[in-house]
Amino acid sequence: MAATTPRPALEPMPDSDLLLDVKDLRTYFHVMDGTVKAVDGLNFSIPRGRTLGVVGESGCGKSVTALTIMGLLDIPPAEVASGSMHFDGRDLLAMEEDEWRQLRGSEMAMIFQEPMTSLNPVFRVGDQISESVIHHMDVSKSEAQERAIAALSRVGIAFPERRARQYPHELSGGMRQRVMIAMALACEPKLIIADEPTTALDVTIQAQILELIRETQEETGAALMLITHDLGVVAEMVDEVIVMYAGRVVEHGTAEEVLLDPKHPYSEGLLASIPSRASRGQRLNIIKGAVPNPFNMPGGCNFAPRCPYRFDACDEHDPRLKPLDGRQVACWKYQDVPS
Amino acid sequence: MTAGKKPETGATAARQGGGREAPLIEVQNLVKYFPIHSGILRKHVGDVHAVDDVSFDVARGEVLGLVGESGCGKTTLGRTLIRLLPPTGGAAGIDGEDLFAMKGAELKRVRRRMQIIFQDPVGSLNPRMPISDIIGEGLVAQADKENQWGKRSVRDERVGDYLEFVGLRREYARRYPHEFSGGQRQRIGIARALVLGPEFIVCDEPVSALDVSIQSQILNLLLDLRREFGLTYLFIAHNLSVVQYISDRVAVMYLGKIVELGPVGSLYAGPKHPYSIALVSAVPEPDPRRRAHRIVLKGDVPSPADPPSGCRFRTRCWLREQLDDAEVCATEEPPLKDAGGGHLAACHFTDKISPESTEKAAHHVNLSDAVDD
Repeated sequence: MAATTPRPALEPMPDSDLLLDVKDLRTYFHVMDGTVKAVDGLNFSIPRGRTLGVVGESGCGKSVTALTIMGLLDIPPAEVASGSMHFDGRDLLAMEEDEWRQLRGSEMAMIFQEPMTSLNPVFRVGDQISESVIHHMDVSKSEAQERAIAALSRVGIAFPERRARQYPHELSGGMRQRVMIAMALACEPKLIIADEPTTALDVTIQAQILELIRETQEETGAALMLITHDLGVVAEMVDEVIVMYAGRVVEHGTAEEVLLDPKHPYSEGLLASIPSRASRGQRLNIIKGAVPNPFNMPGGCNFAPRCPYRFDACDEHDPRLKPLDGRQVACWKYQDVPS
Repeated sequence: MTAGKKPETGATAARQGGGREAPLIEVQNLVKYFPIHSGILRKHVGDVHAVDDVSFDVARGEVLGLVGESGCGKTTLGRTLIRLLPPTGGAAGIDGEDLFAMKGAELKRVRRRMQIIFQDPVGSLNPRMPISDIIGEGLVAQADKENQWGKRSVRDERVGDYLEFVGLRREYARRYPHEFSGGQRQRIGIARALVLGPEFIVCDEPVSALDVSIQSQILNLLLDLRREFGLTYLFIAHNLSVVQYISDRVAVMYLGKIVELGPVGSLYAGPKHPYSIALVSAVPEPDPRRRAHRIVLKGDVPSPADPPSGCRFRTRCWLREQLDDAEVCATEEPPLKDAGGGHLAACHFTDKISPESTEKAAHHVNLSDAVDD
């Protein structure tokens, strides 16, 4: 199957082929105890039809990034403090709420981690899918129902007519995630944002869902932003990957570059801490300590307190992403320290 | 041997060499059903076959990994084994003593030797108790004249020691669970399991709720503690890479049955049951050069309240499909038997498994094939 063949090498693309272009994005949360800089100066872009992986641990800002792009944050307490986001040439931050709502679901759609909490338990799944179809397309109710059933059948659900009349609790976890995907795909979006789409699923079901996402992507030519903490999933699915730590991108490159030859000490530590055949009998390499307190970020590099290569400059200066062997890395180990 | 033993010496003495000594834990034909009641009279209408006729043993000092998907019965197996759930049938023993026959004082005494570490480091710690009480609770329950655990000072001393064993500070005993991060809470859960000086610990998904970098810290800790205290683990997890890392032998469960059991190396390198083969092939590896030839199983696990006849895996089996839906799979339950390579597998057609047949299955995947549960 096409799905198992290696992907072609990345070619530089002209800007007009960028579907999503995010520059210097900062999303802050103003809460009682202070300000949390959940996303702090993020730059990335996704070309049409391509897949970007976003990797990092809990609290690194990867889900907030997704919600910011989708315009799903509660403002306040959230605030997009600076930056720009262009989707298909349009400025998302300049949009009225109405326009953004029109875009959501039809041109960009999101698949959430927990299908049970993101489906409404009191509506039939068919109605939940056709709701967005009615909202975005000029179709009758019965036509919307037909589209919903077609969407269910496309994600590999048997007896879609019967399933469409069932409620979320009557479906298994894998089936619910298929419904979520059917819902996301019903209007054929240009961008799919999947936030840990398989984390709650078993490994054989995860394999089914990943195949399904890949297949539909091939079919519709949609771009995919895949947020995950599982580097195995990244290796299977993505062209490019950004590694996030404490609200910043610390490394950005192709999947091959980052996974086979990580440069940033955090990416390196993350890969080394995955248990595997090779590490049997040895102690796992660990990243000491825990993520910094979001109210009290260390000065300088956010990763410095946990970094095995830390030197004085790391505590004082904040590294920027700079090109290194074809990818970008934010680490003083590879850069000239300002005096 | 049970009661007055110094826990710190544990089972270390009996652990040398790889000789065939008597196993620490023996399980024979263990069965655990959960009754289903229905109607206003709560009539018994059926059973969930959570664990159905499972046998295995665990040698002293060994880590036996138990893998399988949600609902396959692995957690129930662990809990039934250490008498947190009443068994429906079968037998289990620790050091030759019959666990399922014990009751009263005898059962209470044996509980010291078997402990459990839970998956959810938030839900398993009482938010209204300080850490000293959470860890000390078992000591109060097991206090006697000899160990003096009834005395606060003795107890606090011991709680402090065990906090240090798991890499936390003694002073933390006065704090409450919400003051700790996920990784620290899991350390507290481990200290609670260790404080009674057990020999056997059921680790029920101990790292599933943790981030990768914290997960590796906890795995290292579990291995250090095993060495230090001579512990024996039943390590339950759905993450196959974690199980591969920590286990000596691995049992694969599907729908209440062990379908394959063998040493970790040969089981991962050459699984012999169609389900284990699919499971191992489905693990995504962090190497983009190896975009795996996966065998994607169709559909979901059938309901354990009404498992398929014969082989329970037959409804999703890719091998049976290649064999034109062999009749015997539906009529006869395959026994767990020697499948070569030093492991046991429960499949009628282990001899039909070859690189060619698995290759064929990996290519045969067609996701347009509709699935149903």
